[in-house]
Amino acid sequence: MQRQLIRDLVLESAEALDQFERDLLALENNSSDSDTLNRIFRLIHSLKGTSGCLALHKLERLAHAGENVLSLLREGKLRAGKELVSQLLAFSDGLRKTLAEIAETGSEGAAEHSALVADLEALERSASSAPVAAPPGGSFGLFSDEDAPVAAPQAADGAALAETVIRVDVEQLDRIMDLVGELVLARNQIVRFAGNTQDAELIKPTQRLNLITSKLQENIMKTRMQPIGNVWAKFPRLVRDIGLELGKQVALSMEGADTELDRTILESIKDPLTHLVRNAIDHGLETPELRMAHGKSPEGQLKLRAMHEGGQVIIQVSDDGLGIDREKVLRKAVQKNLIGSEEAARLTDREVFALLFLPGFSTSDQVTSLSGRGVGMDVVKRNIERVGGAVDVQSEAGRSTNIRIKIPLTLAIVPALMVRCGGDRYAIPQASLVELVRIGEDQAATLIEHVEECPVYRLRGHLLPLVYLREQLKLADHKQGGGSVFLLVLQAEGRQFGLVVDEILDTEEIVVKPLGKELKGLAVYAGATIMGDGRVALILDVMGIARRVGLLNEHSGGMGFQSESKTAQTASARQSLLLVGVGDGKQAAIPLASVARLEEFMLETLERAGNSQVVQYRGEIMPLVDVVQALGGPAVNAAAREVSDASRQVVVYSLGGRSYGLVVERIVDILDCEVNLHRTSNQPGILGSAVVHKRVTDFLDVAALVASSGVAEFEAGEKEIA
Amino acid sequence: MSDKKQFCTFYLGSLLYGVEVLKIQEVLRYQEVTEVPLAPDVIRGLLNLRGSIVATLDLRRRFHMPPLAGGALPTNVVSQTSTGLISLWVDRIGDVVEVDQDSFEVSPETLTGESRELIEGVYKLPSGLLMVLNVERALDLEPAHHA
Repeated sequence: MQRQLIRDLVLESAEALDQFERDLLALENNSSDSDTLNRIFRLIHSLKGTSGCLALHKLERLAHAGENVLSLLREGKLRAGKELVSQLLAFSDGLRKTLAEIAETGSEGAAEHSALVADLEALERSASSAPVAAPPGGSFGLFSDEDAPVAAPQAADGAALAETVIRVDVEQLDRIMDLVGELVLARNQIVRFAGNTQDAELIKPTQRLNLITSKLQENIMKTRMQPIGNVWAKFPRLVRDIGLELGKQVALSMEGADTELDRTILESIKDPLTHLVRNAIDHGLETPELRMAHGKSPEGQLKLRAMHEGGQVIIQVSDDGLGIDREKVLRKAVQKNLIGSEEAARLTDREVFALLFLPGFSTSDQVTSLSGRGVGMDVVKRNIERVGGAVDVQSEAGRSTNIRIKIPLTLAIVPALMVRCGGDRYAIPQASLVELVRIGEDQAATLIEHVEECPVYRLRGHLLPLVYLREQLKLADHKQGGGSVFLLVLQAEGRQFGLVVDEILDTEEIVVKPLGKELKGLAVYAGATIMGDGRVALILDVMGIARRVGLLNEHSGGMGFQSESKTAQTASARQSLLLVGVGDGKQAAIPLASVARLEEFMLETLERAGNSQVVQYRGEIMPLVDVVQALGGPAVNAAAREVSDASRQVVVYSLGGRSYGLVVERIVDILDCEVNLHRTSNQPGILGSAVVHKRVTDFLDVAALVASSGVAEFEAGEKEIA
Repeated sequence: MSDKKQFCTFYLGSLLYGVEVLKIQEVLRYQEVTEVPLAPDVIRGLLNLRGSIVATLDLRRRFHMPPLAGGALPTNVVSQTSTGLISLWVDRIGDVVEVDQDSFEVSPETLTGESRELIEGVYKLPSGLLMVLNVERALDLEPAHHA
C-alpha cells in the first residue's frame, strides 16, 4: 500500500512539477494571472502534504521552504524577477532529484538540500524584513488555517480527475495491441469462411464481429497516441536555461502541440528534438547586441511547429538567427576531408546543408558545454531515420534556419504495397515508393536497355537503374516467357532505382513485426507481417536493397557504377514538381509537396460566389484561382482551349489549412529535378524561373497568386459571416 | 542429492535429444512456413504463431544430417531463448523425462566439431542416452551463412 502510494506520488509530482515550471516561466514573462500564482502555490502545498503523510520528511522540509517563499510571492511581498524564478527552478530541480531517488531506491537518500533550504529561507527573510509586517512564521502542520481554503478545491479537482483518468502500464497496452492483432486475423478467417455460406445466422453475427473488431483496433491504436506537447513541455525551461547561460534572449513559440504521435515514435524523437533546440539557440541565434547590429529585434525567435501532412507528421524547428554559412560549412568539410575542394564548389545549398549530418562535423569554432562537440547532428539524423523519418535543412544566410523532420504517425501499422515474386508475397512500405511503371510485353525488349550488363530504363529522359528482385533474393528462375514487366520506382536516401517484380498486388495496411536475431543480418528485410490469410510475408527494406545493389556495382565496376553515383549526387538536390501549362505555350511549376490532388471539373459545376469563381468540393466551397489570368493572360474561360472546353483542369492546393483550386490550362507532368532558380522578372505570383526539361519554366508563388486574385477577400468575408 | 530436472525430449533419427522443459513454450505439428530468401539454409522460414512471427530452425540441417526420408513432415518444438522464440524442426516428439543430476556427464572428448558446441552433455537414462541441446548455441549461426 505504502509502495503504491509512493509510486503515485512520484508520478503525479513529476507532472505537477512540469506544470509548476511552466507557470513559473509564465510568471516571469508577466503572461500570467492570479490563477497561475494560486496554482503554483497549490501544487507545492499538496506535494508537501502528501510527502508529510508518507513520512518523506526531507521532501516535506524542502517543499515547505519553497511554499513559504511562494506564499510571500502570492501576497505580493516578493516579485517574480529573474533571480527569484531561477531560485525557484533550482528548488524544483531539488524536488525532482529527491523524487527520482525515491523512485529508484524507495528512500529519500542522503542528500539534505540544506543549502537549497537555506537559500529559500534567506529569500523569505529578505522579504519579511521589508517594511510590511512579516507573515506568521512557517507552519509545520499539514494544513494551517491560512491554507485551508486554497487546499480544499485542489482536493476536489484531484478526485474528479482520478475518476476519469487511470494510469496503464505501457507493456499492458502493447499486450492488448498484440491480442487485437490476433483477433483481427481470426476475424479475417471467419469472414472468409462465412462468405462461402448462405447461412444467415452465421453471416449476421460475422458482420457484427467484423465491425466491432475494426472499431476495437482503431480505439486501441488511439490509446497509444500522445500529443507531441508532452515532449515539448520541457522546452520552455530548457530554452530559458540555455538562453541565460549564453546571454541570449529567446522567445519560444509552439504551434500544434496537440498533434498526436505513437508513443514509441515520440520517445525516439525526444532526444533529437532537444538537440535541435539546443543547436538553434547555441549556433543559430545571436547575442542581443549582434542582433541589434544586424537590425533585428534583440529577442531571437525560436519556433516549433507540428502538423499532420498526408499520413505523416511534420515537425519544424526554425529560428531567425544567423542561418548556416555555406562557405564556413564547406571550409570545414574540406578541412576535415569529408569532401574534395573541387567538389565543394559544385554542391548546391541543400547538398551543403546535408554535410552537417555527416559524422564528425561541427561548425562551431568554440566548443561550449551545450553543443559543438562534433557529435550530434549525425546522431539526430540516425535516430530519426531509425523510425522511418527524414530530416531536411533549409537556411538563409544571416536570416534563418529551418529544420524539417518528417516522421510516420505510427510504427506499428504502415501502408504498404504488396507484390509477388517467385511465388511469395512481399510488402514494400509506401513511404519509399515513388511510382509504378508497367512495360508492355511487346515493349519490354526495346525499352529495357543495358549499360554493359546493368539493365536501365529511361524514365522521362533519365536513366533509372533496374534491380530484379528475383535475382537479388536468389529465387528460382522460372522464366515467365515474356509478359509485362512491373517496375516499382523506389527512393532510398535520395537515390532512385527501379525494382522489377513478378506481379503487383494491392496496397494494404500492415502490422510490422521485427525479425528475430537469427535473421537480423539480412539487411534486405525490414521485418515481417501477417497477412489476412494468416501467412507471413516479408517486408522489404528499400534502403537495404539499394545498399546491396551499390555493392554489386562496385564489383562490376565500369559505367554502371559511375552513372549510379552521378544520379545519387543530383538526386540529393532534387525537388518534386508539378508542371502545368499556363497559356501561350508557357510552362509553370508548382512544388508537389503542397499539391493535395489533381481534379477535373465540368464547366457547369463552376459557380460564382461574390466576385470569385468557386466550386463545390468535398462538401466545402473551394475558391478557384485562374492562374492564366492571374499571370496577365486572358481568363481561361475566354481563352481558346484545345484540350477540352467542357472541363477545367484544377490543381487542389493546400495553403494555411485551406484548399484552393488553381485553374490551369493543362497538367503536363510530375517530375523530380534539380532547381536553379533565376529571378527573371518582378511579376507578382512568380518566384523565378528555371530550366526544366530543356524549357524555361516559371515557378509559381501560390501564396501571392491567391492573395492577388481576390480570393483572400472571399475568405475574409466568409469569416465575418461565421 | 535429489537434484532433479525435467526435459522435453525429441528424436532426430534414432538419437534422443532434450531441452529443459521450462524453456519449451509449446509443441506444434508441422505448419507451412514462409521462406526467407538469402537466410542461412538452416532457417527454413517464418511461421505465424498466433500473431507472433517465429523463425524455424531445421535441426537436421544444423547437425548436418540428411533430410527426413519418405516425405515425412517434421514437428515444431517452440523454445524460448534470450532473444525471443525459435521453433525447432525435429523428427518427432518424445516424452517429458525427469532426470537425476547424478546421471549427467559431459560429452566425451571424442565428440568433435560443431556437435561439441551444440551438445552440453549427456544424461544416462536406463533406456539410452539423452543429449542436452544448447538452443542458444544452435542459433549462433556463422556469419558466413549470411552472405
